[in-house]
Amino acid sequence: MAQLLQHLINGLAAGTIYALVALGYTMVYGVLKLINFAHGDVMMVGVYMGYATAFALGREVRGSLLGVAIIFAVAMLGCGLLGFLIERFAYRPLREKPRLTALITAIGISFALSYGFQLDIGFLPGASPRAFPEVIEPKEWIVIGDRDVVVWNWQVISLAIAVALMVGLQYLVFRTRFGRAMRAVSWDHRVAALMGIPTDRVIALTFMLSSALAAGAGLLYAIKDTSVSPLMGLYVGLKAFVAAVIGGIGHVPGAVVGALVLGLVEEFVVGYAASTWRDAVAFGFLILVLLVKPGGLFGRVAAEKV
Amino acid sequence: MRRLAPMLLAALAVLAAACEKKTQPAPTEGAQTAQQGQPATPAPGGDAPAGSDVILLGQVGALTGGQATFGISTRNGIEMAIKEANAAGGVNGKKLAIRVYDNQSKPEEAAQAATRLITQDKVVLILGDVASSNSLAMAEKAQAAGVPMITPSSTNPTVTEKGDFIFRICFIDPFQGFVMAKFAREDLKLSKVAVLQDNKSAYSIGLTDVFNRKFTEMGGKVATTESYSQGDTDYRAQLTAIRKTQPDGIYVPGYYSEVGIIARQAREVGLKVPLMGGDGWDSEKLFELGGTAIQGSYFSNHYSPDNPDPRVQKFIADYKAAYGAVPDALAALGFDAARVAIESLKRAKDLTGPSVRDAIAQTKDFPGVAGTITLDNKRNAVKSAVVLKVGDGKTQYVTTINP
Repeated sequence: MAQLLQHLINGLAAGTIYALVALGYTMVYGVLKLINFAHGDVMMVGVYMGYATAFALGREVRGSLLGVAIIFAVAMLGCGLLGFLIERFAYRPLREKPRLTALITAIGISFALSYGFQLDIGFLPGASPRAFPEVIEPKEWIVIGDRDVVVWNWQVISLAIAVALMVGLQYLVFRTRFGRAMRAVSWDHRVAALMGIPTDRVIALTFMLSSALAAGAGLLYAIKDTSVSPLMGLYVGLKAFVAAVIGGIGHVPGAVVGALVLGLVEEFVVGYAASTWRDAVAFGFLILVLLVKPGGLFGRVAAEKV
Repeated sequence: MRRLAPMLLAALAVLAAACEKKTQPAPTEGAQTAQQGQPATPAPGGDAPAGSDVILLGQVGALTGGQATFGISTRNGIEMAIKEANAAGGVNGKKLAIRVYDNQSKPEEAAQAATRLITQDKVVLILGDVASSNSLAMAEKAQAAGVPMITPSSTNPTVTEKGDFIFRICFIDPFQGFVMAKFAREDLKLSKVAVLQDNKSAYSIGLTDVFNRKFTEMGGKVATTESYSQGDTDYRAQLTAIRKTQPDGIYVPGYYSEVGIIARQAREVGLKVPLMGGDGWDSEKLFELGGTAIQGSYFSNHYSPDNPDPRVQKFIADYKAAYGAVPDALAALGFDAARVAIESLKRAKDLTGPSVRDAIAQTKDFPGVAGTITLDNKRNAVKSAVVLKVGDGKTQYVTTINP
């Protein structure tokens, strides 16, 4: 029983981080109908930005709230800028082209980032994984019995951050002028432009927002698993994409639920069966969801506009 | 036409990816350090194909990817041996040169690099790799082409079973599994251990099999065997399951990049017992990734820098002067492998594959820095192993265990 509870906590902690990454996929898809496959790698770049900032700040950063805030701010702003650049130079020129074209560019950017970062020249970090500094000092907040069940501070913190971001995002999309513009662009960006909505600016802001979110998620992930490597984006990005599809891509709470479900499924498979089965079960679950409910758990199947 | 454009782009993307892979391996010229992205064709001056006054050797190793420190340490050791040999007059009047290709820690790249050394560069002998999965892929190519191959540090038994052109100068996995089982049972007096293996690596599975069998034979109990996959970063589920069995030690026969993180997370879930492993732990990166969590753990290895033997201490001093670091076991084995190769080339009738093979096979009582090397009739070295304890930023010699 205690073991079940511990697996539940671990699975939720992993799921919340998938959720933050999945939100980025879902936002961009919602607005542009584009699967931004470079999303996970933008996350990885954000983690390295945080890593560099942590070292620039020095050893005292550990446990200091200001230090943590600076690390998150630098990584999130830096990634926002990176998201802007990618959208401006890789996706915007292709916007009127068939959707497949932008998808291929996205995959290209993804590989360029993840393999580029394995080079060992200049500021690039090289291929070996590195230990991520303990920017949040790990503390046991709740201990039941003889350490039968342990809840860590970073688990609670990332859950709180994920929920706050989800609520904030939902508010932004449905209660603000910018959100209304986003939804209008998502409906039909040509007509939205005719109605006086600055579509280019709305799309660029959406990318910046989703990239900043990715950087935040990446930092939480690196703090959780105490390491950072150039290929982490491919791995986490793929899992988050699966989570977004399970929840119904384009649906904000759906992405969060999908990610929590995926995190729990993975944890239980590894805890009670074998780690070899993890990816097979996770992707099998995706196929099952798509067979039973093709739009995902929360999505609707939209007829393709002709 | 509109439908054609994306398809063309896709085709281009695939082509670009294919080209990128081909240009990745970085050759090393002479005894210099590897230069990324140099052309593969022999450079003019001093580095011509075999048959002229230069003897060209080849190395395939992981210079990038998850096992990058392995390949780089091995390369440094080999370079040192070649420099020394050239300074002492080379082999029968000919100078030695080496060409190094990167396998990116992937078996498929290793096979491609081996083929390239054989068909394009026409090397007389191949050195490499460290990871058994990569060596297995290379051994197939070397055996088929009749080019002798010496792996400095692949410990999986099947590597040399690929054929009579494949040699190794280190001990094999069954021995390492046996060493740790014996050490755990007799020195640490453990009675119940858990095992966490990397089920993507032939090396890890091999060590686990022998450890489990020997530890049980010696009266211990293996409480559970959990597994992970190379590249994972979250091991809490497995460690939580292990914790439930309350073991008094955990055997983790994996590679340093995962072991460091495993150690941190093991302490976090409340497992305070010592971890144990094999030579895959031997990298300076282990200290960075594992931090204080990995201290007090043990692993079996090929050599200890604490060894007072003057031959070993001279090697360490020379290596420090050249590369600014204490050599790990892989550097020592790279050095030994290159020296065995050079001595064999001196003894060989000529430089054809079969002659070199026969010369290597006769290696007996060769004084290496990582132990004395005698090759048995299965082309494996028979050597003793050392057990090292992980301390603060360095390892500490504990004991030597004989076969």
